[in-house]
Amino acid sequence: MEEVSKSKEPGSVFQDSLVSIGRILVSVSIPLIAFLVLWGGFLFLRDSRAHQGVIAVVAILWGVGGVALLFFMADWFVNRFPMQIAKKLQPFVFVGPALVVLGWYLFLPTVRSLYLSFFDAMSREFVGLDNYIFAFTDPKMLESFRNNLLWIVLGTGGAVGFGLLVALLTDRSRFEKLFKSLVFLPMAISFVGAGVIWRFVYAFRPAGEAQIGLLNAVVSFFGADPQAWFTLRPWNNIFLIIILVWLQTGYAMVIISASLKGIPSSIIEAGRIDGASETRIIRSIIIPHIYGTLVTVATTIVIISLKIFDIVFTMTNGNFGTEVIASMQYKQMFRFYHYGRGSAIAMILVIAVIPVMWYNLRQFKKREVF
Amino acid sequence: MSLETRKKAKWKMIINLILLVIVVIWTLPTMGLLISSVRPQSEVLSTGWWTVFSEGTDFTADNYRQVLGGREYTFVDSEGRTVRASGDNMSQAFLNSLTVTIPSVVIPILIAAAAAFAFAWLVFPGRKVFFTLVIALLVVPLQIALIPILRDYMALGLTGTYLAIWLAHTGFGLPLATYLLYNYISTIPRDIFESAFLDGAKQMTVFTRLVMPLSVPAIASLAIFQFLWVWNDLLVALVFLGGTADVAVLTQRLANMVGSRGQDWHLLTAGAFITMVIPLTVFFGLQRYFVRGLMAGSVKG
Repeated sequence: MEEVSKSKEPGSVFQDSLVSIGRILVSVSIPLIAFLVLWGGFLFLRDSRAHQGVIAVVAILWGVGGVALLFFMADWFVNRFPMQIAKKLQPFVFVGPALVVLGWYLFLPTVRSLYLSFFDAMSREFVGLDNYIFAFTDPKMLESFRNNLLWIVLGTGGAVGFGLLVALLTDRSRFEKLFKSLVFLPMAISFVGAGVIWRFVYAFRPAGEAQIGLLNAVVSFFGADPQAWFTLRPWNNIFLIIILVWLQTGYAMVIISASLKGIPSSIIEAGRIDGASETRIIRSIIIPHIYGTLVTVATTIVIISLKIFDIVFTMTNGNFGTEVIASMQYKQMFRFYHYGRGSAIAMILVIAVIPVMWYNLRQFKKREVF
Repeated sequence: MSLETRKKAKWKMIINLILLVIVVIWTLPTMGLLISSVRPQSEVLSTGWWTVFSEGTDFTADNYRQVLGGREYTFVDSEGRTVRASGDNMSQAFLNSLTVTIPSVVIPILIAAAAAFAFAWLVFPGRKVFFTLVIALLVVPLQIALIPILRDYMALGLTGTYLAIWLAHTGFGLPLATYLLYNYISTIPRDIFESAFLDGAKQMTVFTRLVMPLSVPAIASLAIFQFLWVWNDLLVALVFLGGTADVAVLTQRLANMVGSRGQDWHLLTAGAFITMVIPLTVFFGLQRYFVRGLMAGSVKG
């Protein structure tokens, strides 16, 4: 009772309002200070002529620290509200940033690309389906569709085939770990780096000179003429696809190998006792058992093949009949500045990728990942 | 019995032999690159790298010095002359790659972990709808975003800044990161959360003190995958960082070298190896996490 009456004293009211003014001040000033710190960092990074190393360190601290700071700021801010409201707002502190970023970077762009694909180069005039008609009639585009099909069939077939072969063989070898590591190693290498590695393998010198490229050296050794592999239509596509196979076989091998280990040895032993040959065991027991895995691996590499860009961009830049869908899109964007066609090609890519991706994801769910 | 074991031994040998052939084919290209990068220019351009096994070579670091060096670079060639050449400044590209990659790994994982925690353990309106949206965005390839985001960046003056590419990698990496971390975080036993909340812990405390530490294995695998993805990426860097030399990352610089120095194999090989050093170190150092990370990340759009 006493306390209630106390709080009605004028001095105490003054104190209360002072507290709430203080609270408001703090509520405003802390986000303001945080904002100023972040903005200052941004200006420094944009305008600074400091040493590269200093900029790198500041940039990393600013970027990583900034995000952490924003989270704590948001949390602090929400907790200024009365308990009931704070509780309702809190989940959005956690999920909000992800939703904003996803909305901006993936959800809206899908809608906007669709919209842009019906407009002209500068996105000013509505052109109906013109960009799509271009995409399905232009000879270069048709070439890229054909090549992507080659990438899908040969790239996926090659990587899954070799992956299966190596997985089956290493399963029966004492040096399993070593062999698998060496085949898996290219997975660490970028498509650009792999491009340089294989450019060197394919390096060409006219006949009679010493060949420094491995492939032409081998070809010359057997008495044939050295070739400029990249200009050799349509085979040059295959020489590019080999790079993808080299990169992705390790991936296929590891997944298939894990799946092979999951086959109960009793089934295979039973087959052996019944006198089945090794090829029969592989065909009738092992393959049906790992079929789901094979499909998952294949769809993953199909998606990579559909979106292939880096290898073509660095190796041939789409010349000599090696254009693919993604490189065509890049050219429409940066060489011809035709945003309408670029968006239309992106939409086609999306429509091609989505069903495969959807299927892949459903399989992925069934697999235990971590 | 002895016939049986001898037959078995013969098979084992054949299998190992086939494997050896495959592994040699798989390793030779990388080996050629590594050897060529430490041979003198004159030798690289006149004889095949495999001749080092029969004839030996004078190993040199000149190629690395030249690709790592800045604009102007001088060195003494085999006949004692001082030669001036322009370096490729890959040391700067290396720093740029680090500056691009580290935040592009940490930021999406931080945001994704928070979102995954909310989706798995907090109650809020629209939870189901938003989560479905995240999953749906998993299937969207990033090519769809290039033109719209580029236009936004031009309007905001963000093109060519680190912030631009961090945010882009964050956006493109988020669906997968959220999905994988959700799978992991949602399996944390409920009791742990209940006792924490009963003790009066705030949600942020639960997240930083409980969820994050418990998710370390998942985060490690995811981080390695995202690191490799960003480090090895060319397309996103080309589109959002632009062509300016002072922000170009390693993959861009290497791609440029292929264009401008297509026949300078002594430099291209050294340059390519520089781009591979860190991923290969991670590969050999953290192979288990590395494999798990790649397996987990295989469905990235």
